[in-house]
Amino acid sequence: MAANEEAVKYVWEGAIPLQIHLHKSEVASHPPPPPALVLAPRIGYLPLLDHLIKPYFKDSLPPGEDSIWFDYKGLPLKWYIPTGVLFDLLCAEPERPWNLTIHFRGYPSNVLIPCEGEDSVKWNFVNSLKEAAYIINGNCKNVMNMSQSDQEDLWTSVMNGDLDAYTRLSPKIKMGNIEDEFSRKASVSSPQSRQGGTEIDVAGQVKTARVPVRLYVRSVSKDFENLEDVPEMDTWDEISYLNRPVDFLREEGKCFTLRDAIESLLPEYIRDRAQTSGEEGEERTTDASDVSQETRGEIKMVRIQGIEMKLEIPFSWVVNNLMNPEFYLHVSVLVKEPQR
Amino acid sequence: MDSAGEVVNDGKITLEGFTVAARAFADKWKRHNLSFPPWSWVPLINRTLLKKEEGYLSLEKIIILSSVDESAEEESLDVTADWSEREESIDHTVLVQNVEDEAHYYDYHIVYSASYMVPMLYFRGYSSDGRPLSLDVIKRDLPSSSVSLLLESKWTFITQEEHPYLNRPWFKLHPCGTEEWIKLLSESSSSDGCQMPVELYLVSWFSVVGQVVGLRTPLEMLI
Repeated sequence: MAANEEAVKYVWEGAIPLQIHLHKSEVASHPPPPPALVLAPRIGYLPLLDHLIKPYFKDSLPPGEDSIWFDYKGLPLKWYIPTGVLFDLLCAEPERPWNLTIHFRGYPSNVLIPCEGEDSVKWNFVNSLKEAAYIINGNCKNVMNMSQSDQEDLWTSVMNGDLDAYTRLSPKIKMGNIEDEFSRKASVSSPQSRQGGTEIDVAGQVKTARVPVRLYVRSVSKDFENLEDVPEMDTWDEISYLNRPVDFLREEGKCFTLRDAIESLLPEYIRDRAQTSGEEGEERTTDASDVSQETRGEIKMVRIQGIEMKLEIPFSWVVNNLMNPEFYLHVSVLVKEPQR
Repeated sequence: MDSAGEVVNDGKITLEGFTVAARAFADKWKRHNLSFPPWSWVPLINRTLLKKEEGYLSLEKIIILSSVDESAEEESLDVTADWSEREESIDHTVLVQNVEDEAHYYDYHIVYSASYMVPMLYFRGYSSDGRPLSLDVIKRDLPSSSVSLLLESKWTFITQEEHPYLNRPWFKLHPCGTEEWIKLLSESSSSDGCQMPVELYLVSWFSVVGQVVGLRTPLEMLI
């Protein structure tokens, strides 16, 4: 479908303008080097930029061995999270260019996984791809059975942002797809609904697929009006990371939305509908929901590939268009903590 | 959901099953492994995002003397068929108290993987002053079979990854393939085809996975 390809193309072409500063302690030249300006692909990873950045700073560095890492306002950045996801997560109010600091010395190995350059990044990708394959197909055989050269070419296509090559190679992994089922469902209404091998549970819901999702939940204790008022993040402990598949449920006459998906992972935060359909007297229900609105947490923002998402959007569309090349959907969520 | 009495026949386990199996495993370990500290269940109650029953198993501050000589290393490899007779004697590779600076400390966590629907082993090593041990140092404490496997598959056997709950780099044993060998294990160990009571799942799993890091499972635990 042309419309689909267009969205995927936008994702692949998405990039974040970075302004990279060499950390003060590592400046060994006068005058200090000016910051480097680099366009970083959203689906890429920070260590892959080293061949672009290093030439800017190599003459300013003190002698020693390089081990590159980045920080944003003092927070060491996890290199195995795609650059676009880091940006969505750490800049509630997008900052352009994004000011990062680069370090060539003093790798903080107590908080960051060591990175041996491209090899580490590649294997992080392949292992994620295997995990996604397991979630989708129930085994990793198709990834394992890929020839070395195909695997290498697939990785190169991601590294170079070469969507054509990726589109040619990725069908070899034979990942199950949830799109067909949904678009059929959407275009032809109920009579043709297919109930082949799938099982229907008590609520009439049909589980049709498992979807690989990585959810990054940032909790903020104080409420805020504008995104620019969201405080800076001092430590990764402010983020809860959920690497957990979403069960894609098909229910007669209903569309499985992004809200349904997030609700299945964060039941604490979306309960409004359950509240309003309570069986108690009207007064009590409103009372209860008033109170819980304050005490319960609240989802302030859901962002995927830089887009602030409406929760009513069909989840199948989100997955098929906005997932990263390792078949994971990375979702950044900003929540207001429940009051205790 | 109450998962007691459930059986495992496809090698996978549910989150609820994992919780049941974890408790059964910790109980048996305590009864049959007296020279070791017990595994404790760490519930994730302070994390509002998670389901109530979520948590992981933890065995911490296990001391391994770094000056392991060849024979001692061999020793740590054999699975203890005769462990029961030796229960009172102190194993000379693993001591629980009173060791000097040569000691390496290890923490082991058993965490549920929702992706693979199997348990995963995470571990880290550190010296007495708390500095983390690098994989090169850890290799010297691992059984030789694990070391050769590490050389063959640098990226797919043991890698450093982020601990799913602690936001810190730990070592992880890759879970891909667990389902298959658990299936084989349950087929061979039971008379009525390929079923295994959920309570035995983690014991069977650990009898294989523990060996990779040199931790033995007393045979009595498998009964």
